[in-house]
Amino acid sequence: MNAYVGTPTSRVDGRAKVTGAAKYAGEFTAEGLVHGFVVEATIPRGRIVRLDTREALKVAGVLDVLTHANRPSLADNDEAWKDEVAPEGSPFRPLYDDLIRFNGQPIALVVAEEWETAKFAATLVRIDYEQDGFATDLEGERGSAREMDKPHKPRGDAKAALSAAPVRHEADYLIPTEHHNPMELYATTTVWESDGKLTVYDKTQGVQNVQKFLCGVFDKKPEEIRVLSPYVGGAFGSGLRPQYQVVLATLAALALKRSVRVVLSRQQMYGLGYRPMTIEHVALGARPDGTLDAVSHEAIAVTSRYEDFSRNDAGWAEQLYKSPNSHSSHKLVDLDVSTPCDMRAPGAATGVLALECAMDELAVALKLDPIELRLKCYSDRDQSEDLPYTSKQLRECYACGAEAFGWARRTRAPRSMRDGKELVGWGMATGVWEALQMPVAARILLTANGHAEVSCAASDIGTGTYTIVAQVAADALGLPIENITVRLADSTLPQAPVEGGSWMAASSAHAVLAAAEEIRQELARLAKAMPGSPLANLDAADATLVDGMIASDGKDGAAVSIADVLRHSGRERIEKEKLNQFAEDKSHARNTHSAVFAEVKVDEELGVIRVTRVVSAVAAGRILNTKTGRSQIMGSVVWGIGMALHEETVMDHRFGRIMNANIAEYHIPVNADIHDIDVIFVDEPDSRINRMGIKGLGEIGIVGVPAAIANAVYHATGKRIRRFPITLDKLLD
Amino acid sequence: MADIADQTPERIPINLVVNGARRTLEVAPWTTLLDALRDRLELTGTKKGCDHGQCGACTVLIDGRRVNSCLTLAVMKDGAEITTIEGLAKDGALHPLQQAFIDHDAFQCGYCTPGQICSAAGLLAEGRARDADEIRELMSGNLCRCGAYPNIVAAIEQAMSRS
Repeated sequence: MNAYVGTPTSRVDGRAKVTGAAKYAGEFTAEGLVHGFVVEATIPRGRIVRLDTREALKVAGVLDVLTHANRPSLADNDEAWKDEVAPEGSPFRPLYDDLIRFNGQPIALVVAEEWETAKFAATLVRIDYEQDGFATDLEGERGSAREMDKPHKPRGDAKAALSAAPVRHEADYLIPTEHHNPMELYATTTVWESDGKLTVYDKTQGVQNVQKFLCGVFDKKPEEIRVLSPYVGGAFGSGLRPQYQVVLATLAALALKRSVRVVLSRQQMYGLGYRPMTIEHVALGARPDGTLDAVSHEAIAVTSRYEDFSRNDAGWAEQLYKSPNSHSSHKLVDLDVSTPCDMRAPGAATGVLALECAMDELAVALKLDPIELRLKCYSDRDQSEDLPYTSKQLRECYACGAEAFGWARRTRAPRSMRDGKELVGWGMATGVWEALQMPVAARILLTANGHAEVSCAASDIGTGTYTIVAQVAADALGLPIENITVRLADSTLPQAPVEGGSWMAASSAHAVLAAAEEIRQELARLAKAMPGSPLANLDAADATLVDGMIASDGKDGAAVSIADVLRHSGRERIEKEKLNQFAEDKSHARNTHSAVFAEVKVDEELGVIRVTRVVSAVAAGRILNTKTGRSQIMGSVVWGIGMALHEETVMDHRFGRIMNANIAEYHIPVNADIHDIDVIFVDEPDSRINRMGIKGLGEIGIVGVPAAIANAVYHATGKRIRRFPITLDKLLD
Repeated sequence: MADIADQTPERIPINLVVNGARRTLEVAPWTTLLDALRDRLELTGTKKGCDHGQCGACTVLIDGRRVNSCLTLAVMKDGAEITTIEGLAKDGALHPLQQAFIDHDAFQCGYCTPGQICSAAGLLAEGRARDADEIRELMSGNLCRCGAYPNIVAAIEQAMSRS
């Protein structure tokens, strides 16, 4: 039964969100709640030599100032500080010692009865430093880049093939540091319960990750700490790892034996994770007909001095495009900054931006239409692993997207299209991401009145998890969606990993299916055993749950209401929990794809760029909810527009300090920046990847968008900007 | 020189009419209307996204006009009528904008949503927006990081056409 899956069902948490009833981490309260305000370091590297809290402590209402010198005990080993998605290295420990590792590092927490008092008193903490030499500039330190493990083994001899190629394109693309800037401030409310246990409301993408982390850091037993994040005001990767304020709020709660809330300021949020700046060097060699001889992609990215954060920037070219020779490498430069973290489509958003701009430049050199070039090197197999895909409808994405966009009407020469005094440019690019899936468990509690409660520790960070879980459960249990209650994001609920990488839709849906299957089996057993049951001869395999009944698929069409089954068996409820594990299958590659088309209009005199139209044609398996799915891709397109034209974290390397740590000077798209966005879901049946054919949508929507826009800007103006974002000053140069 | 640590302010009594109900509270002069709503009156539907008037998540209606409550000190609004997201629905029936936001999926995480809806309610009252372009321009003080802008515009157009 598919009454809900695949339909444009409105969000089940919609009412809570439009009425203000939805509560976020920093909005839970408790008796005697007090407030912490963070004091951050103002140098990038060195040592605290004096930290004077006397004046701050004099302020009426201030309860304590926690520092490395007076804090309660924290774990002294890296293992305790490593969360489930920690990279290699030695994780940062807030208030651990007197060392300063990055500008903006938290070094004290002022705790007061009221938030304003804590904020004021924080300005009175005096700190003297011994500053060490430091480096924060990736371009300046490029020479110190060190090689990480290569994403893929090289094919053939890319270097020789490049030098022999009749047509070549080679360039550096610079993509700046970006910050997630979810609308909700990073926040934690740690509630000190009467029995000394802690209930932690945290802005996280993974409650069980944070719960295990806190148990390790504070040497607590699992039953002593419970973590919840029922609503998350955007995260985009920033909440994958535990944020430092969860440590500080919990530390203060333990120190004071009181409930403590710590909310970071927007500026302080820039001291946490970010998309690392990368220099992407792409070289392509082709024959005059457009077939590729060689692809080479080397990425150089920022990391901190204490952890090696690296993602797959450079491996997409050799997977995606047919080329006998390929090479990729990923290098890191250690700088005096905090560790980067995942941000929407990490690796692909940046790497594919460079690759797809380079492909556009190659198409220009070859005098080929950019789609034609991509079709020339199209591959039905994963080129890196030489594997077939579980499904790949990228060719269809190109065709549907081009048709919807009107690509055939494009004139090829740059500056050849106009609308009044504006230059018009049309560009396109390919997008690619992985289709990942993880073990997730779900519990279903079915009651005799025909209601079901579905529980899972997974988060809904705005992605629609509440809604798709309800849809899948309603269909699997044969109940109206109004009869389904979904509970998520509580560490005591059945197992789920962090919500990231686009894996949660497939993973949570199949967990619900697995638990519903257990319910169905149990109902079939009970239905057969009913006295005088019309289903006495039922084979459990032939039983379907539909319209509140358990029915035989057989010819007799016999059915009994679930309420009757439960009543006759003397039960009020059936509860089943099941962990779903996906079968390991390395015989096929699993990816989502997209083709993105963008129109820009550029004011020739002022250089102002408007993205007037975007068409994104996405092949991502079965779409569970066409309404929320479309929104997710649309939002990703907005992110891509920001990446192409607006977003850049600017650091003053003389001080190793971010200059635009706010959301007025760190530009994200506003309503007036966004015009027509057309999302097309290309039909992509996939019976191999998993039972429902789900691939996930969280990341694919951004990949390719900034490249399509950059290529459109070139087509409009004839100027190729390789240092992002493409701001008007660069066009006027 | 007086010790700066001693200079914490005295509280001042004020009256506010919040969502139709008269509320009396004592606030320090440095307390913003946003913090008074969230921390003192437990109306957490109004959101804090920047505390600097940059994001619009804290938008409420003060005497019918849309205002960033983070840039408004509570003591400045003694006697004012304030409508927050909690006050838009009447007798359990959603405001047409709230329903339109659900219908058009004009949010994802939901954090900017109360501010967007209050801002849109202010915009409708202003009567200044006549088409999608004007809605886009006049709603640009309300950031949405999930990127729901086209759906927000569609939702406001729906509510406009029905009002």
